[in-house]
Amino acid sequence: MTEGIFVRTVRLGVRSLLLHKLRSALTTLGVLFGVSSVVAMLAIGEGASAEAQEQIRRLGSQNVILRSVKPPEDAVSNQETRVISYGITRADLARVEATIPGLRRVVPLRELPEEVRNGDRVSRPRVIATIPAYLEATGRVLGSGRWISEVDEVRTTNVCVLGYEVARQLFPFANPLGERVKIGADYFTVVGTLLPRVRLDSDPAEAGSESTGEVFISLSTGQKWFGEMLVKQRAGSREMEEVQLHEMIIEVDRAEDVPFVAAACRTMLAREHDQRDYEVVVPLELLMRAEETKRIFNIVLGSIAGISLLVGGIGIMNVMLATVTERTREIGIRRALGAKRRHIVVQFLVECVVLSVGGGLLGIALGIAIPLGVEHWADMRTVVTIQAPLLAFGISAGIGVIFGLYPAWRAANMDPVEALRHE
Amino acid sequence: MTRPVAELTNVSRIYRMGQNKVVALDDFSFSFGRGEYWAIMGSSGSGKSTLLNILGCIDRATTGSYRVDGEETSELDDDDLSDLRSRRIGFIFQSYNLIQQLNVLENIQVPLFYQDDPPEDGPERARALAERVGLSGRLDHRPRELSGGQQQRVAIARALINDPAMILADEATGNLDTKTAGEILELFDELHAEGKSILLVTHEPEVGERAQSVLRLRDGRIDTVQEGRQAGA
Repeated sequence: MTEGIFVRTVRLGVRSLLLHKLRSALTTLGVLFGVSSVVAMLAIGEGASAEAQEQIRRLGSQNVILRSVKPPEDAVSNQETRVISYGITRADLARVEATIPGLRRVVPLRELPEEVRNGDRVSRPRVIATIPAYLEATGRVLGSGRWISEVDEVRTTNVCVLGYEVARQLFPFANPLGERVKIGADYFTVVGTLLPRVRLDSDPAEAGSESTGEVFISLSTGQKWFGEMLVKQRAGSREMEEVQLHEMIIEVDRAEDVPFVAAACRTMLAREHDQRDYEVVVPLELLMRAEETKRIFNIVLGSIAGISLLVGGIGIMNVMLATVTERTREIGIRRALGAKRRHIVVQFLVECVVLSVGGGLLGIALGIAIPLGVEHWADMRTVVTIQAPLLAFGISAGIGVIFGLYPAWRAANMDPVEALRHE
Repeated sequence: MTRPVAELTNVSRIYRMGQNKVVALDDFSFSFGRGEYWAIMGSSGSGKSTLLNILGCIDRATTGSYRVDGEETSELDDDDLSDLRSRRIGFIFQSYNLIQQLNVLENIQVPLFYQDDPPEDGPERARALAERVGLSGRLDHRPRELSGGQQQRVAIARALINDPAMILADEATGNLDTKTAGEILELFDELHAEGKSILLVTHEPEVGERAQSVLRLRDGRIDTVQEGRQAGA
């Protein structure tokens, strides 16, 4: 009898719950699933958004990327010639460099639809013709050898750098440095290889790029050997495309200038191009949009989880109301023996809170296990923050109190005489 | 006579049933003395249950004054009445009313559970009382593992745990066979001999015979009073 009334009441509540083990267990299920869905969904959502943000950051938050986009077919089908000319031009490049201030560097690149061969081994990577600044602008890391140099650019030397995947594909057992590969109809000497990118999956902007790999040559060399005309073989027909530059990576000096540079590029391109054969990608804007998406995602998830918690709470309330009716007599006895109204309130509240917190703790365990499973089986990234379980725990305790109040109040306000007469 | 243990003055208890008023106690005045053993008798509807509920402070008089051990109850709020029940009154019911999920030792201590500063020696007291009513071998039994007579013994021990001013027994032997009822009544006699005040509601004349005095009710009023017989047989 030395322990406080609170401890005694909690013990009493737990014992009453244990009298009906199955009922108590079923009652906790509502809260269990509610809480586990809160924790799991937050972890999955958090993981997805972390993933998206990392991909966007890899594009460079200080970059503005201009891409050539083939205009829709109907816009070009009435042209007489089968040569389709579109995209960003060298004139655009010059104009950007000349008119927009505050740029650190501008990196143009072309993609050539060529095969790369080493003897019998064939690879179909993105063949990228670009200038030396590309490496720094994209944050790629050299694995061995050297990168394309200014000298290569000026002399249009036939050298290339292989991406990690391509190097492994073409030279599975050998060091590719110094070897020659055939790109299209011409031979190039491999001078360097790149390290693989960290975390490479599911970038929508360059889907599959890593599995097909990348091979780099200098922009001028590409110009010299492959010209501007790209020939694409399609089922039965040939299609000629003329694209001067496929992409232009504009690195802005200061991050806060990115929106202005993006706006300037848009205005300029809109003026110079009579069709929409380009797109302006601003990773910073994507980042902000991703944040916004995440916010909406969280609101939606929160609402769903909130509803399931509400259902769980109503379940607890339902069972407690039944319990109060069932135990009317016990309430009468306790009142007759000196229990105050608040003792009865506390007794039933404690039972509710024990149920909901018990469900909450199990729910947290399940809610942490689900993301682990998702990570393992679905190969998705998840992030369990410390806040999510704490939040869920607080919510479940709150549910016990809120949904327990009415049954407890009902119990406490019974007339002892009536309650004692109850069968 | 010393200060009365329970004193009712002009007490009325009126129930409202829709349009009708039912007068269960009608301007009732009576004093129960300390250490006395009363049987309260009357046919059903005579008001004896209402009187017991008011005496036990689980019901309130509509009008009038009721003092427990000198303390006026009409001014008390619900919490104070609860406190008064747990300290001054020992209840014994017809159907024992033990709490099923608690064992014998715990059931005896329930009234202590709700006191703001429960005594340190609760378990010792409960053990002593269990021995007193002859249940020392069954302290960890649940009520449903006990016979009716044993359950009523637990209830008596529970009623004594706070050394109350008075013991209120409502048809305490009503559910028991004659032999067991006799044992319980003997226990009451012993308690009375020890100086406890006992108010026993019953409709069985042979139970009423055992009490020292008999108060008969009819229609919410005093019918007859037989006082001062020798207790016990």
